[in-house]
Amino acid sequence: MTEKCGYCCTKIRNINVSFGKKQVLENINIHIHCGKLNVIIGENGAGKSTLLKAILGEIKHTGTILFKDREASGDKIKIGYVPQRLDIENSPATVYDVVCSYTSNLPTFLVKSKRKYEQIKEHLKEFGASELIDQKINSLSGGQLQRVMLAIATLPYPDLLILDEPISGIDRNGREQFYKTISELKENHDLAIILVSHDFDYVKKYADKVILLDKTILVKGKPEEVFASKEFIERFGEV
Amino acid sequence: MFRYEFMLNALYAILIITPLFGIVGTAIVNNKMAFFSDALGHSALTGIAIGALLGITNPTISMIIFGIVFALLLNRIKDLKITSKDTIISVFSSTALALGLVILSKNGNFAKFSNYLIGDILSISASEILALLGIAVLILLFWILFSNKLYAISLNPSLAKSKGINITLTENLFIVLVALIVMLSIRWVGILIINSLLILPAAASRNIAKNLRQYHLFAVIFALVSGVLGLITSYYAGIATGPTIVLIASVIFFATYAIRRKIGD
Repeated sequence: MTEKCGYCCTKIRNINVSFGKKQVLENINIHIHCGKLNVIIGENGAGKSTLLKAILGEIKHTGTILFKDREASGDKIKIGYVPQRLDIENSPATVYDVVCSYTSNLPTFLVKSKRKYEQIKEHLKEFGASELIDQKINSLSGGQLQRVMLAIATLPYPDLLILDEPISGIDRNGREQFYKTISELKENHDLAIILVSHDFDYVKKYADKVILLDKTILVKGKPEEVFASKEFIERFGEV
Repeated sequence: MFRYEFMLNALYAILIITPLFGIVGTAIVNNKMAFFSDALGHSALTGIAIGALLGITNPTISMIIFGIVFALLLNRIKDLKITSKDTIISVFSSTALALGLVILSKNGNFAKFSNYLIGDILSISASEILALLGIAVLILLFWILFSNKLYAISLNPSLAKSKGINITLTENLFIVLVALIVMLSIRWVGILIINSLLILPAAASRNIAKNLRQYHLFAVIFALVSGVLGLITSYYAGIATGPTIVLIASVIFFATYAIRRKIGD
């Protein structure tokens, strides 16, 4: 278990994103502390995915994203990302192949290293997915694939873990399991987590901080505060 | 049949080219670039035409240079999201093809270049085989260093980027290599069918492979078998070699497809 510090922090300062003349995100400021689950909610088109892409450095934005660790050394932040989906239709690869391709320089097409195989299996175990290692990736259920993606994003463990609405197409049991897993990740590895979600029941139960987004941040705070705000009720009703 | 030097050279060329096509094809199929490589093949004509206009005596050089520029440009433009990817590639593909045909047909000279359409593997020389060996080494090296990254990008570019993979560099190196192998082999394989040779072995392999190692191995074997069988068949039947190779590769594709249907995915 990593020592919990609560001091390191990702500072997202004054992020603005425009597509042509249309401003999509305006003046976004968020401080994210390690060991906390931050959930971004908002209607479709509110800019949730755009904000994640800006943090990932995929789209042009103004403003800064700084990571300050406990020594304030200003190291470059290590970001882990769990996407909504993988393009695995008809893919000939196994779970081992996919994890190895993302996390190793060992040429997967040529060799299957026993050492790497054991290492990946051990890591998959943390997500209850070690028995999937030899299965074809396109034969997995939504929940299984999600656990594999979590394993990829956390090998090695990042400072900040970003999850983009990963729970669509997964049953209730799978979702409960998913929230439990990310809570454990947060506790055991002191990760800062940003999650985009629509699942208010689970957000209420598990989130440390909720951010309601609609082009800019409308409300942020503890789940019960945000859910009681008039901005939230106007959009989603009472929860 | 291999007592003739031209047949022996053709065999060597096939033993080098087809495995490379098998390997490169795996990534073209993974990354859904079939349209892209097709456009690249068509652009060969423009390369030859521009070479002829500039008075370059060796058309392979002008083809390679134009092919690389065309490929890099196309890769850049498809990301600008002006319109859908396949539409923009088609626009460029047809423009390049038409431009090549217009220039080459000036003064009724096109017949001279019609060889490029279906190719002539029997015309390959020993020094050209050496050039193919050179590109084979480059591609193998690239595959050892970059195939994981290329595959990661094909599954999800954002996830690949978060893992520190340089997407632009990996993609650009790959398409430069595709341009090189396509342009170096187009005279022997032919513009009309070069893309089939890239796609079919990999697509067939995908039907039955159970992991990435099998995927590459089967693609290489299917490409080799099609190449060698195609050469021998075309020699005895007195037909063009390139299309015969492609026909055999198609038969393999349909056979593997049937196997996949039978055993279930």
